[in-house]
Amino acid sequence: MRARVLIRPKAGILDPQGVAVERALPALGFDGVENVRIGRLVELDVDDAAQLQPMCEKLLANPLVEDYEIVLE
Amino acid sequence: MRFGVLRFPGSCDEVDALHAAARVGDAELIWHRDRDLRGVDAVVVPGGFSFGDYLRAGAIARFSPAMESVIEFAADGGLVLGICNGFQVLCEAQLLPGALLPNTNLRFTFRQVRLDLVQRDTAFTCAAPEGATLSIPAKHAWGRYHADAELLAELEENDQVVLRYAAGENFNGSVADIAGVRNRAGNVFGMMPHPEHAVDEQTGGSRDGLVIFESMRMAVEAAHA
Repeated sequence: MRARVLIRPKAGILDPQGVAVERALPALGFDGVENVRIGRLVELDVDDAAQLQPMCEKLLANPLVEDYEIVLE
Repeated sequence: MRFGVLRFPGSCDEVDALHAAARVGDAELIWHRDRDLRGVDAVVVPGGFSFGDYLRAGAIARFSPAMESVIEFAADGGLVLGICNGFQVLCEAQLLPGALLPNTNLRFTFRQVRLDLVQRDTAFTCAAPEGATLSIPAKHAWGRYHADAELLAELEENDQVVLRYAAGENFNGSVADIAGVRNRAGNVFGMMPHPEHAVDEQTGGSRDGLVIFESMRMAVEAAHA
């Protein structure tokens, strides 16, 4: 089964990459952009989808500073 | 007094850590696949880029066989020092509270930093003179210490903040200027700057880093006495 895990910095945690991109966009003529946040995408094939959550908790995300979302295809 | 210095694929500061530890005691390298810590009195988890910093700095090294032994060693009260990537590994292993995030300047930054020693009554700083300021090199891209408000209050209340960047020195954006923290029990300590690089005036800008290793030796000898 194909799965996607979306990992994001938790709300309230400064994301300097997002800030840098947000500042760069108006310079390219893209106005009206706010709250840019940059995370990570992990795509994987997995036999047992029930393993995805413990996988995220243990390795793929750091629950102290990141939220994750599992999307099954 | 015998130090064991871990070596992961991608470590780069383990040899300096070995030399620094050898100034105050015996020291040997321990390959990350080795579960046997060979009876060392203290463990140093060194700096570098273990496993290429893939996923998150320290996230993969944390599951190395040697780290499983270090987790047991720490649970039994053994002294564990994590430097830079080692600090990240210890946070990922939950031997230390909090997490390290990318520097706010988004750059790999290398500079000498002044550190205020805020806790002298620890196994890692007891050899330092009262009110000491340490001058030690820092070099990292991923050194912004993060603790949420609740954790931060807990760290302050339990005197777990050991080192802070001196005024104007917090280049990575760490919360509350934190440069080094210990666990609640006091036997595990992590810091982002590199004491192992500051053991010789000519190469490290100072010898201030030696105090960390000397303190560990004193703490181990006091425990054996």
